Amino acid sequence: MVDRWDERAKGAVHEPSLALHIEDLTVSYDHRPVLWDIDLDIPPGVLAAVVGPNGAGKSTLVKAVLGMVKPAAGHVYVFGRPHLQQLRRIGYVPQRTTVDWDFPTTVLDVVMMGLYGQLGWIRRPGRAERRKAMDALEQVGMAAFCHRQISQLSGGQQQRVFLARALVQDAELYLLDEPMAGVDATTERHIIGLLKELRSRGKTLLVVHHDLQTLPEYFDWLVLLNVRIVAQGPLKQVYTLANLRQTYGSQIGLLHGMPAGTGGPGAESPGSAALETAAPRAGGRR
Amino acid sequence: MLAAFFDNPELMFMTIGALVGVAASVLGAFLVLRGTSLYTDAISHSVLLGIVLVYLATGEVNSPYQLVGAAAAGLLTVYLSELLTSSRLLKRDAAVGLVFPALFALAMLLIGLYARRVHIDADAVLLGELAFAWLDTVPIGEYAVPRSLVTMGIIALADVLFVGLFFKELKLATFDAGLARALGFRPRLLFYGLLFLTSVTAVGAFDAVGAVLFIALVIVPPAAAHLLTDRLWLMVIGGGAIALFASAGGYWAAMRWDVSIGGMMAVVNGLILLAAFFLGPRHGLLARLLRGRRQRAEAHVRMLLVHLYTHEGDEQAERENAALALEHHLRWPAEQARRVVAQAEALGLVTSEPEGQRLHLTGAGREAAREVLEPWRRR
Ligand SMILES: Nc1ncnc2c1ncn2[C@@H]1O[C@H](COP(=O)(O)OP(=O)(O)OP(=O)(O)O)[C@@H](O)[C@H]1O
Ligand SMILES: [Mg+2]
Repeated sequence: MVDRWDERAKGAVHEPSLALHIEDLTVSYDHRPVLWDIDLDIPPGVLAAVVGPNGAGKSTLVKAVLGMVKPAAGHVYVFGRPHLQQLRRIGYVPQRTTVDWDFPTTVLDVVMMGLYGQLGWIRRPGRAERRKAMDALEQVGMAAFCHRQISQLSGGQQQRVFLARALVQDAELYLLDEPMAGVDATTERHIIGLLKELRSRGKTLLVVHHDLQTLPEYFDWLVLLNVRIVAQGPLKQVYTLANLRQTYGSQIGLLHGMPAGTGGPGAESPGSAALETAAPRAGGRR
Repeated sequence: MLAAFFDNPELMFMTIGALVGVAASVLGAFLVLRGTSLYTDAISHSVLLGIVLVYLATGEVNSPYQLVGAAAAGLLTVYLSELLTSSRLLKRDAAVGLVFPALFALAMLLIGLYARRVHIDADAVLLGELAFAWLDTVPIGEYAVPRSLVTMGIIALADVLFVGLFFKELKLATFDAGLARALGFRPRLLFYGLLFLTSVTAVGAFDAVGAVLFIALVIVPPAAAHLLTDRLWLMVIGGGAIALFASAGGYWAAMRWDVSIGGMMAVVNGLILLAAFFLGPRHGLLARLLRGRRQRAEAHVRMLLVHLYTHEGDEQAERENAALALEHHLRWPAEQARRVVAQAEALGLVTSEPEGQRLHLTGAGREAAREVLEPWRRR
């Protein structure tokens, strides 16, 4: 079904200089649009954050790129080709809640699943695959847990296993849905270190993120989403209080972290109450 | 010798039952994990429609077309149910519950109207009659081989081959359909393949064991195996082994007490499930109970360590770190305090001098206490 939708664009090369190029994408559940007329460009080699309130459609955007939901309209190109032809070049770390944690499978097994695509049909994973999977587990610091059943891990550990699975896929575009949710500070720093290393190897990463405070420290590209795209571009240009306020609407006062003390955004509306309550916290953390 | 084997009804019952059991449970592992074991119920009822329609078209009850027709009816059930589910008007179980009784009723209606003379009666379909299955034979070489044995042998082989060949693909499609699709596999196709084989197996199983036992064999052995292991391949093989054991045990019990063979097979399967539920090493009730107790004990030892650690060095240490003070400060009854201290001592985390009086942390004990207080040190 999904294949037919993209028939028109089959074979056509479109914007090959972009890692991800989305045109006029609309996705609805039960005729209620949750993504509306999205135009999005992600250049290769950036570490990009997707930010927006709960229900903004961040996960849906990620799923649309992966072909897991069927768009009502629009086109998605990955490295210049229709995304459904490029799925193997995409690595994906799902949001935690979407997995059956009781499934009879071990940590090592889950990581090896990332290699199934390279194996193709019927061929079994062997020693080489085990080694690759162990290497990836080593990288995320989870090698000691390789024989555990996946429900016997903490949330942060589970997250790292799925990160390892994405690593072995050896993709070029990585989509990560809140990889930092529910992990402690050390693990978060570890994960972001890995992501930055991937970027330095020329990979492109699109990360759904929730903590506004850490945005400038972690990312170099920013997409603000709330059903529509509010703003997108290099983080330095997009990370402004005005943009964030537009994204989060009236919830702005409730936010944990705000752009502050960095000069640019604070200068835009220095008298803001939200800024004043948030600024001391932002300062205290660094 | 072989002739004696085929002529021995007891061995035949057991072999056919075992074949059905292995075939059903191997497929069942994936259906159970996918949360769609209800489809088994649906399929095994609605295949009757396929059987009836093929009979009305060809006038034969035992043709191979029967398998095709029945499998088609089974897939139709699944397709309609998925369609209703994806419309989001109904939950999956409600959708299944709506579709298959309708198809089953249609089949009964058609039998009532046009096929009254044929021996497709509902009881035979639902309960089967293993005891007669061996009477209907086909000649193979010089032997008269029971038809059920031949069909079930072929079907079981097909099922095992399918699961063996596509094990990796089935695993991925069941665990993470999204990734399966992204990596270029066809999870929907695999799923329908699985259900196609389930339908075929259901038809093959009818003659021998009937729909009710078939449903039990699809669901119960894999469910029991899941309670016993955390590896998918062990769950699949274990499910098959349980089914084998249950068919032998069920047969033996049926002979012993002179009751229905099929019924006894279901009973043995049920008993194994029950045993796994209580005694399973990880998910079993008993294991959970013991684990809970051990974890409570460990938590108490940790509390003791932290208590000693926080008071180490301050001037109250003399008073706080006495075994007697534990009753007071941790609100532990004397008996419990003594037990926890003994445990901590046995683990080499705490020493006391004089015996049971003043408590000191050992190096390991101090390390363990700091690990609790500073979890980020652990890595
Ligand atoms: N399968 C579904 N069927 C119907 N509605 C859905 C479905 N999945 C998501 N939605 C709705 O679509 C909207 C966007 O959901 P989505 O999961 O993309 O949000 P999100 O930005 O990822 O939120 P969160 O920050 O909570 O993860 C929400 O209003 C949600 O209720
Ligand atoms: Mg989400």
